[in-house]
Amino acid sequence: MTHSQTANEIIERRACISGVGQSDVGRRLFRDPLELTLDACLAAIDHAGLTTSDIDGLATYPGPMSTPAGFSGAGAYDVMDALRLNCGWYSGGLETSGQLGSVINACLAVASGLANHVLCFRSVWEGSAQGGQGRSSVMPGGSGGSFKASGFMEWTLPFSAPSAAIWIAQFAQRHFHLYGTTKEQMGWIAINARRNAALNPKAIYTEPMSMDDYLNARVISTPFGLFDCDAPCDGATAMIVSRLDRAHDLRNPPLRVEAVGSAIHGRPSWDQFDDLSTMANRDAGAQMWSRTDLKPSDVQMLQAYDGFTFLTMSWIEALGFCKVGESGPFIDGGTRIARDGELPLNTHGGQLSGGRLHGYGFLHEAATQMWGQAGARQIARNVEVGAVAAGGGNTCGCLLLVKD
Amino acid sequence: MSSEAEAVPFRILPRLTDANREFWQGGEVNELRFWRCQDCAQYIHPPLPICPSCHGKNLRVEPVSGRATLTTFSVNHQAWMPGPELPYCVAIIEIMEDPRVRLTTNIVNCDHDALVIGMPLRAIFEHHVDPEGDVWIPLFEPEVKP
Ligand SMILES: [Zn+2]
Repeated sequence: MTHSQTANEIIERRACISGVGQSDVGRRLFRDPLELTLDACLAAIDHAGLTTSDIDGLATYPGPMSTPAGFSGAGAYDVMDALRLNCGWYSGGLETSGQLGSVINACLAVASGLANHVLCFRSVWEGSAQGGQGRSSVMPGGSGGSFKASGFMEWTLPFSAPSAAIWIAQFAQRHFHLYGTTKEQMGWIAINARRNAALNPKAIYTEPMSMDDYLNARVISTPFGLFDCDAPCDGATAMIVSRLDRAHDLRNPPLRVEAVGSAIHGRPSWDQFDDLSTMANRDAGAQMWSRTDLKPSDVQMLQAYDGFTFLTMSWIEALGFCKVGESGPFIDGGTRIARDGELPLNTHGGQLSGGRLHGYGFLHEAATQMWGQAGARQIARNVEVGAVAAGGGNTCGCLLLVKD
Repeated sequence: MSSEAEAVPFRILPRLTDANREFWQGGEVNELRFWRCQDCAQYIHPPLPICPSCHGKNLRVEPVSGRATLTTFSVNHQAWMPGPELPYCVAIIEIMEDPRVRLTTNIVNCDHDALVIGMPLRAIFEHHVDPEGDVWIPLFEPEVKP
């Protein structure tokens, strides 16, 4: 293996994705979140052609958390015990390069020889946890009383800014100001997601959405309306990261990890970051391209986080699919990012319409498309190079996958 | 200044510590204050036990002018929690003395249609009585009222 920039091995190339799995997904399933988690994990193990005795590593995001309600359905120890796994390596936690930081960790674990097949999972039950009250019910201090803000929330809660919707809306507003980006342009992220969700049997919202529907939706926090925000749901997603040299005889052709991006160079803060029109994805994206000879023009499909519409635009720029500031014109009209466009985007409906499976849904969809298993929403052409990105603000990670 | 004649909205208050007390209580004397390195002049926010530039520990709290620039904003219409009357403006501002020092805050006394990134602002303070120690929340209004 040669590389133009460095004699050092690009160690993530020893890793691949060998299988994926997903539980039932729904707005409110009212099921045991550990059950959903295990459904996804067992499906991924089986999909790879492995058994639980083959799994010797475990990686998850964000680990067990009781608040915000529904944000985590299970931790590493829960799954390790339930499946009686014997692990050479395991890791679960929040402080990493976005939700896919856990998958990047798994790549490094198999590359270093600590494990051969790492089960990675992400599990949410925010739909059921929020019940009929919506997101406001899970905000810290939402019930009033003598709660006091500390940590990074000290600098947002006293200003009635408890939600990522507000923080990220401010990034979008700055982008609009600097580059002339418009709400209508941003709307194509939501409309594209909705039209793809119509072909995904697990998607939450499938009825057609017009630009008028998008523009007339209830305002949340300018410039975001309701359809700029993803849809809380219940569901779990899992995948197997395998050592490439142990994956060639498995059920699916290995999806090689060509390069990963995990960097953050600015201050790790939502309001103190050096450039509020971009995010840590700027650094993760640059790092990923520094580790491969492939170029953005080689990528045939992008699955990029859409917890809010603007985050996808930010990733499109960060990954170099257009110049900084030009994501608005890039997505305008929605043809370039359609399933039959030059860069099919969020082909399962993303989190906006598919459901907030929180990062892992994008990698699940990328693998499903690259294996030709996406059913009615399958991209017509053979996808050999796909990019996957998740997170926003100070927590961003990305991977480039290649099917040889 | 603190508009105690008007209803003060519910706010979640900060947990006061020795590191942050000067910031949250400076409004009592109408001062916006930050920690500053006495060796290299770096303003430090949020508070840290050392200077992030020179790693020195010769730090002191100093008042700044309270003048600032609007970096970005969002007009929030969603009732996430008890708080100011909807809609209200959440903003990020840069203090005049050092644009690298930012605050998330609210812009008040300003028509939301008149908000423009880059507009000059000045700090005002909203007094909250609390048994664990009163707090003066720094808010910002246009320096030149439209
Ligand atoms: Zn210093």
